[in-house]
Amino acid sequence: MDTCARIRSGRRRPGERPASAGRPGGGGARWVGPLLRALALAAFAGGPWPAHAAHAQEKPDPDWVVPRTPSGHPDLQGNWSNATITPIQRWSEDMDPVFTWEQVRAIESGAMSAREAANADSDPDRGPPPVGGEFTGDPLLDAASGGTGGYNAFFIDSGDRIAIFDWEPRTSLVVHPENGRLPQLTEDARAWFAERRRNRGDMGAFDNPENRPLAERCIMSFGSNAGPPMLPNYFYNNNYTIVQTPDHIMIMTEMVHDVRIIRLGEPERLPKHIRPWMGDSWGRWEGDTLVVETTNIHPRQSLQGIPPSEEIRVVERFTRAGEDRIHYEFTVEDPLRWEEAWRGQVPFNRLDGLVYEYACHEGNYALENVLRGARAEERRNR
Amino acid sequence: MDFGWPSGHGGNTLSAMTNEATFVGLARALLLAALAITPPLSLDAQSRDIPRTASGKPDMNGLWQALGNAHWDIEPHAARPALAMQPGPVIPVPANEVLAMGAVGSVPSGYGVVVGGEIPYLPEALELREENREHWLERDPEIKCYLPGVPRATYMPFPFRIFQSEAKVFMAYEYAGAMREVYLEDPGPPQVDSWMGQSVGQWEGDTFVVKVNGFNGQTWFDRAGNHHSAGLQVTERYTMTGPDHIMYEAEIVDPATFSRPWTIRMPLYRNIDPNARLGQFKCVEFVEELMYGHLRKNPIR
Repeated sequence: MDTCARIRSGRRRPGERPASAGRPGGGGARWVGPLLRALALAAFAGGPWPAHAAHAQEKPDPDWVVPRTPSGHPDLQGNWSNATITPIQRWSEDMDPVFTWEQVRAIESGAMSAREAANADSDPDRGPPPVGGEFTGDPLLDAASGGTGGYNAFFIDSGDRIAIFDWEPRTSLVVHPENGRLPQLTEDARAWFAERRRNRGDMGAFDNPENRPLAERCIMSFGSNAGPPMLPNYFYNNNYTIVQTPDHIMIMTEMVHDVRIIRLGEPERLPKHIRPWMGDSWGRWEGDTLVVETTNIHPRQSLQGIPPSEEIRVVERFTRAGEDRIHYEFTVEDPLRWEEAWRGQVPFNRLDGLVYEYACHEGNYALENVLRGARAEERRNR
Repeated sequence: MDFGWPSGHGGNTLSAMTNEATFVGLARALLLAALAITPPLSLDAQSRDIPRTASGKPDMNGLWQALGNAHWDIEPHAARPALAMQPGPVIPVPANEVLAMGAVGSVPSGYGVVVGGEIPYLPEALELREENREHWLERDPEIKCYLPGVPRATYMPFPFRIFQSEAKVFMAYEYAGAMREVYLEDPGPPQVDSWMGQSVGQWEGDTFVVKVNGFNGQTWFDRAGNHHSAGLQVTERYTMTGPDHIMYEAEIVDPATFSRPWTIRMPLYRNIDPNARLGQFKCVEFVEELMYGHLRKNPIR
């Protein structure tokens, strides 16, 4: 099993109204927010910061030519990552949508320093951790290990760069609504969630395997990695492989080895009642941009904590923007869930390396032990 | 019959393998039908008839599936009542755990895909195979929806799709959402053991040859307990014998388990339905009751 029983179970449960939860969608924002805030403050407090790790200001390369496949379309193939420290939602409505390059340098250098500190050798003479675990104060590490040291920094690959899109360093991946935050849920959606909560009665979060989050059950990645839309999870394995043939685009999401097959053209669609986990996708080329539409997403999928309705439609646009970058844009329309459509822009950066097998279910001791622990606790309290 | 297959793999020729007895039922009927409507498949005919990519390689893009009963047992086997049996008053009968399945749980016969018929197990490995059969319900990784490994992924009773471009070859299997990239550049020794192994492919003429290693030793060949160690090395050969057929061959080398290399061979068929597509069979959730049901707050069994 991978991570994060803690990170996931600690998240807002579906049905809680995102807007009122303060930071809808949770995801990375839970910890990226504080980190960014701290680093941004440090940035304004004045340097100097080590410049080695940070982005230099980016500009388009005038000599770059879009690579193309034999059929003449832009070549999107390869391994890519959408890991970033830019949160899905802007952590304050007051922030500008774009960082200054000075802020970018400060934040990225600070993130790198924090990582180096976390990777430093432990003191071999340290005492045992206290009963109940040792909390570091870093919400990410604490969520991952529950204060027990289950994950050390080595295993975490949460991104260390600000998202650069259209040569701008962005403060959120969501670009519409313009405040960089998810729209309100509809009245109907709120009523639907309230009813669902009532129907669940007093069922506990550990009563059944089905009460656990999808990622803990190794059914889908956490953080909407596979989507659609495909978003970073702010923890690890935000990696993708794209293979492109004349009539198909295949996108493999490392976690949980999920293959999206996008048929090009106007293929026959699935009937309404067949709803695969990542929906039914078809695509077309609009000039040099691949446009993919998806419907029929599984009703128990979680999109920023919200299960999609039967009317969800996601439109994704893939544009090759440089030797090492794809511009990925998406629109989520789900009139039964969201008051308005929301849009995002996410850079996919070239991943220099292989993507290894993410077998999750095959070693999922965590789910078994989570349930076993709950039963043991019940026996003890009886 | 002559497929024009380059002979000499493992000392067995294809024609020996394609004896009438080797194929059963639908597989044979389809194959014969295919042969009836296409010219005899000499190498020249193949070169003319198979689809090719921009660079002239055989184009294997499409939805493929093995027919036949190799997924039950890759060795020749008679039909039997069930995979899990128990002693009966007269003859063995299906075990209680599978009894309710009736004929749906019965094993259809198969004439085997192992060239030469029998897997050359070392004595201890053969014992383990027999033990695996007795404990099939607890041990077969398929029952728990574990990743199938190679070559088992190829002949599961599900289709798989090959994505082939000039730059990449990728195989996506319907069963368990298994997948693998076949690297066209050798990245060197596998860095981690895995269920699906590390695949490295190259073209030898019109045959796509894939070497697979780096396994974790936890996968099987079929539902009949046929097994291997983590030292398994598979060399697969994909040869298009027509627009809608791939002759698939996998040589198995695993000195810890077998006394010599051996080979399986079978045709793969293209699903020619224009609307055919890979379904989703994310069986992880389907086995939760089996694997975790006893840990519910209120077990339902």
